[in-house]
Amino acid sequence: MPYQVREVLAELGLDRSAQCQMVADFLAKKLVWMLEKMLLTRYFEENAEELYTRGLVHGTMHLSIGMEASPVGSIAAIEPDDYIIHHHRGHGHTIAKGADITLMMAEFIGKEAGYCKGRGGSIHIADIDGGNLGATGIVGSGLPTSVGIGLALQMQKSDRVLLSFFGDGAANIGEFHESLNMASVWKLPIVFICDNNQYGMSMPAEKSMNIRHVAERASAYGIPGVTVDGNDVLAVHHAVKKAVDRARSGEGISLVENLTYRWRGHSKSDRNLYRTAEEIKEWRQNDPIVRFARLLIECRVITQAEFDQFDKKCKDAITQATEIAATFPEPDPRNMELEVYAP
Amino acid sequence: MSSDKPEREITYLDAVREAMTQEMRNDPRVFLLGEDVGVYGGAFGASRGMLEEFGAERVRDTPISEAAIAGAATGAAIMGLRPIFEIMFMDFVAISMNQLVNQAAKMRFMFGGKVSVPLVMRTPAGSGTGAAAQHSQSLEAWFVASPGIKVVAPSTPYDAKGLLVSAIRDNNPVVFMEHKLLYRTKGPVPEELYSIPLQKAEIKRPGRHLTVIAISIMVPRALEAAEILAKEGIEIEVVDPRSLKPLDKQTITDSVTKTGRLLIVHEAPVTGGFGGELAAVVAGGEAFDRLDAPIRRLAGRDIPIPYNRGLERAAVPQVEDIVAVARELATQGR
Repeated sequence: MPYQVREVLAELGLDRSAQCQMVADFLAKKLVWMLEKMLLTRYFEENAEELYTRGLVHGTMHLSIGMEASPVGSIAAIEPDDYIIHHHRGHGHTIAKGADITLMMAEFIGKEAGYCKGRGGSIHIADIDGGNLGATGIVGSGLPTSVGIGLALQMQKSDRVLLSFFGDGAANIGEFHESLNMASVWKLPIVFICDNNQYGMSMPAEKSMNIRHVAERASAYGIPGVTVDGNDVLAVHHAVKKAVDRARSGEGISLVENLTYRWRGHSKSDRNLYRTAEEIKEWRQNDPIVRFARLLIECRVITQAEFDQFDKKCKDAITQATEIAATFPEPDPRNMELEVYAP
Repeated sequence: MSSDKPEREITYLDAVREAMTQEMRNDPRVFLLGEDVGVYGGAFGASRGMLEEFGAERVRDTPISEAAIAGAATGAAIMGLRPIFEIMFMDFVAISMNQLVNQAAKMRFMFGGKVSVPLVMRTPAGSGTGAAAQHSQSLEAWFVASPGIKVVAPSTPYDAKGLLVSAIRDNNPVVFMEHKLLYRTKGPVPEELYSIPLQKAEIKRPGRHLTVIAISIMVPRALEAAEILAKEGIEIEVVDPRSLKPLDKQTITDSVTKTGRLLIVHEAPVTGGFGGELAAVVAGGEAFDRLDAPIRRLAGRDIPIPYNRGLERAAVPQVEDIVAVARELATQGR
């Protein structure tokens, strides 16, 4: 059985007073920033799904609906000129890192104006100028590349750090071990973050590894490892911030595991044969956005009316981005060979 | 260079080291990483003495982790450094393939041209040392089939230095194949820094009866064969592509247009080998009409490299094989 929501909350959940204390530690602006990025991610993906269902998208997509707190809480813990590298389920990471949603939508529907000129699609979304070094489509492939990014930052004596995101499935590839080992030996400025949504396509994490938490593997590399309630954006932020501080001070890597759940199937072909409707329903009631909005209202950061207004603003922004992106021209198939090699 | 001063001769191995060393002195972004490249000086000695000059950060020993080594080079390259990594035996690159072929090769294209990946993978390749099936392969065909990667295979000390300098300065991933049996060969190499462009084949010996395109170790073997056949009045033109991708198709086409006959020689197994591509370039191009005989390929047999000395020798083309096939081809239909 995958984790039940009450198990996660019992084991990892923070009580209300701790949460309110955390809220008090933030500027209201930052809290609203997190809410905005989560809402934009949710609406971006719902929109993407709708476009797909209407047959307007060529290719596939990997939705992270229900997982938004993990990328947003993590990326809230770094500065704008820090770096991220992530994976195929990377819309939330890209939005949180500051991507323009119109250019993202343009990439999703394969337009020349998109971030990757329609060559990469949503599975390879990257915003290089924004420090988003890209989504890799092969599970875990960003892990070894992270070692090099961290190595360059260290050799260039930069004070920047890298957040390297991967999933629970990636925790079992050989490159995971090679990368965390090498990066730990060299004390690179990297935080490895597991967006653990509990399934590698259909394979439950519990059947893929003989330990309860991915973070337990940290001990094999002599580094801190922590598992947090991945649907609590502030808990995620707290854990990642600690790891970022450690990375920035030259002490080396950490492993943070955000325990969450994907509501949708792995990709377009998924019929959810490997899990029950009850399980999905239970996790849908643990919506990271609803939880965070409720907390902000309870802690009087925003009112319900302000939230409703804000929610509508985010939804409208995505609708508008989609409309604009649709008007962009298609890429030209001639001379693609000239783009393969750098001059 | 003044003509009264004898040209300096160094080994291919020394030429590789000199290219790395001079480029590292010139450009602080260049660094070397790999298994045993530091204190040990590299399994074949290519980086001997470099740790002392450049220190452990720029001549960086790694754990035995070929995937992470390739990843470390890829990530460092997209961040503006210019890594050279050594894969101790080309066979081990199978472990690095995902990073090389799926990340390094594709990142530029799939991210819309916004990054470049200036790295060099140096790797000892080829058989002839009794190292058996897992330490003897020539895997250029894997890489020429991967858009985004360049492939270079020098056959002389002069070419090794000049091409490695170009590979390091290139803004793309370059696979640099060093044949183990060439490491000890000596030849004239200028001390000063020079570079050889990557898409420039060289005619190593002119001739009019037959073109032999030879790759890597097969270049000196073809030259030896040419020497033997010259005594019989058969003049072979030996063409060394030097860089397989990008490929200098013009020099090849011009040579075959002149001789009308083509023999392709490489060490990698014949099936799916680069020779097929070379044959297609000639057969599909303007030289086709000038062919007086079928294009022939002489390549490694379709087997893993065996251990036993006699078997190993029989697995890949030797000088006598080139002599026999070249003689037959040069006289066919005359």
